[in-house]
Amino acid sequence: MRPDQQGEAIFLLPDEKLAELLSAIKERGYQLIAPILRDAALCFSEIDGASELPQGLRDAQSPGSYRIKQTASPERFAHASGPTSLKRFLYPPRLKLWQTQRKANAMVFEEPADPPPRYAFIGPRPCDLQAVAIQDRVFLRSAHPDNDYRRRRENALFVAVNCLHPSESCFCSSMNSGPSAKSGFDILLTEQIESEELYYLVQTGTDEGLEILNTLKLKPAADSKKRKAATELKQATKKIERKLDPTGIGPALKERLDSPAWDELENRCLACGNCTLACPTCFCSTVEDHTDLAGEIATRDRVWDSCFQQSFSYVAGGPVRSTIKGRYRQWLTHKLSSWSDQFGTLGCVGCGRCITWCPVGIDLVAEANAICTERQSQNPTKTTIGVSP
Amino acid sequence: MRPEPWRVKRVHKDTRDTFSLELEPENGDPFSFLPGQFNMLYLFGTGEVPISISGDPGQTDAILHTVRRVGVVTDAMGQLRKGHSLGLRGPYGEPWPLDQAENKDIVIVAGGIGLAPLRPALLSIVANRDKYQNIVLLYGARTPDDILYRKDLEKLSAQLDIQVFVTVDRGTANWRGSIGVVPNMIRRAPFDAQNAVAMICGPEIMIHYATKELHRRGLPDEKIFVSMERNMKCGIGLCGHCQFGPYFVCRDGPVFPYSRVEKLLQVREA
Ligand SMILES: Cc1cc2nc3c(=O)[nH]c(=O)nc-3n(C[C@H](O)[C@H](O)[C@H](O)COP(=O)(O)OP(=O)(O)OC[C@H]3O[C@@H](n4cnc5c(N)ncnc54)[C@H](O)[C@@H]3O)c2cc1C
Ligand code: SF4
Ligand code: SF4
Ligand code: FES
Repeated sequence: MRPDQQGEAIFLLPDEKLAELLSAIKERGYQLIAPILRDAALCFSEIDGASELPQGLRDAQSPGSYRIKQTASPERFAHASGPTSLKRFLYPPRLKLWQTQRKANAMVFEEPADPPPRYAFIGPRPCDLQAVAIQDRVFLRSAHPDNDYRRRRENALFVAVNCLHPSESCFCSSMNSGPSAKSGFDILLTEQIESEELYYLVQTGTDEGLEILNTLKLKPAADSKKRKAATELKQATKKIERKLDPTGIGPALKERLDSPAWDELENRCLACGNCTLACPTCFCSTVEDHTDLAGEIATRDRVWDSCFQQSFSYVAGGPVRSTIKGRYRQWLTHKLSSWSDQFGTLGCVGCGRCITWCPVGIDLVAEANAICTERQSQNPTKTTIGVSP
Repeated sequence: MRPEPWRVKRVHKDTRDTFSLELEPENGDPFSFLPGQFNMLYLFGTGEVPISISGDPGQTDAILHTVRRVGVVTDAMGQLRKGHSLGLRGPYGEPWPLDQAENKDIVIVAGGIGLAPLRPALLSIVANRDKYQNIVLLYGARTPDDILYRKDLEKLSAQLDIQVFVTVDRGTANWRGSIGVVPNMIRRAPFDAQNAVAMICGPEIMIHYATKELHRRGLPDEKIFVSMERNMKCGIGLCGHCQFGPYFVCRDGPVFPYSRVEKLLQVREA
């Protein structure tokens, strides 16, 4: 549902029929993955059906802080992104790449042959879809595409939800990724509540989405309902206060690699790597080699890595980036600048996860803006940094 | 990401800490490669490391790698013997720009193991000697005993009209050659800076001073090529480890025109 899409086929799905939608998806062989409450946060996890979707949960997010509150509202998606993203499913934290067996002094390499999982994501946000599109560029638009990612990706179904409740950490409107989805979904829901009645406006983005929807025999949504949703989406955009200039930031950061403003991060950033793990687009990995006790079979796993690890850049003579400031600069300039050179898009969708889940509340938007404002200031050493916009 | 099984055909001991492995595939024929490219070599259960190809691109019955023992994987590689197997994937990376050096003088600047990735370039130049003008090799090793490919170098300078200058950090009693760092040899090296191409491989600090000296001689940035070293896990632009500003060294390098990396090389910890 976009404010400008009122002419499109939009259907009405009462909340009672959500269970039918999810069953129809499950019957097609999909595993349902949706945000549910786990460890006091809304995390993408496997569910059996719509009854497991929590109701009335609201989130309060700000730099370094995430709180869940239970309300009496029946809404299921009235919150923003939690700590997990679809990355965990399409690009798992640990993946066996191959194993090799020593046979008469020769080696035989075998890749796992398991069929790829079939995930149906229920409730990813517009920014999550954009993050998948970015990872597609990283893993698929390559001379050496990642085969495991390709198979998971081709098998996945996306039932996305537009955002009416962006959090304080969100800045999708700056990154052109939300709060309304434009592409990347099979089915798109806009959750609505009207005189205590919960329903969804439903659109489809693919033939498969349409096929699934057709089995539910839904009625078209009334124009008044479409107008209400469009207005609320416009209001959601207005609620987003965090701002970043996506075209100016890349070139500006390149000019500021030597800025003294980076120095201060040496003491603030813990180099814990939470930001890279929470980020839905960060893709760095390392490999781990293991042998069985008999020394006959060796396996190689790919595991998520973080550029905040000192060992990440290790070469003869030590790490290339031994300081935390050097590693923070690598991360920030990669996300907001060099990513464009590499993949023709920034590496950030404005989901705010890195801001919320940084234990010391470092805010990449504030940092980037501070570093770039300093570029224009007359006296570069006098700029204060770290102030939220 | 899956290696192919290869087998050690022969092992040469080059110096006290450096050895060369001649490798042939378990199945099929070796591939052809371009000078400056590298392979990922995997040792059973131990790990995988990027190693440049150091053999003759014209000879396709085996692939040669020259390895210096510096840590876990390279030490274990030093234990490999004839008939042992290992995993190999490649060849990866951008090569030395030999096509851009035709009808020009070529200055090759190498430090330590940095000569290994330049050896295929040298051998290819030798095989097509008439295509190029003056060829100068400036090579620095730690001590006279650390000089790599000694026989090759003697042959090159004796028979093939290639001027070889070797320097060492520390001499020995019977060392008559020069002592000092490689960049110092650039000042008097016999090449025409108006019509030359330089190729550099060695520690970053050497690259730094070598390019300075080359500039001083009047060689422009676009005519200088450097091979970069970064941590590498995948070799194919997927793992992020080798990032250098906008580049993936594995995919966009390891050989770069100096003009593309000059600014970044001046930033600490880029
Ligand atoms: C493109 C390229 C070409 C190379 N060509 C050669 C060559 O022809 N001959 C040769 O002897 N060496 C070469 N090297 C360096 C070689 O890869 C390292 O010496 C090797 O990775 C060290 O691994 P290790 O396990 O023995 O050492 P450790 O110190 O135990 O290394 C641990 C890990 O750190 C990383 N690492 C350590 N040193 C380096 C390094 N210098 N460069 C990159 N990663 C490193 C590796 O991932 C390694 O697995 C090349 C490096 C690159 C990037
Ligand atoms: S950098 Fe931060 S805000 Fe941007 S996509 Fe990653 S986690 Fe989200
Ligand atoms: S920015 Fe925050 S989350 Fe990221 S490494 Fe530093 S302290 Fe950890
Ligand atoms: S080595 Fe993995 S991206 Fe270059």
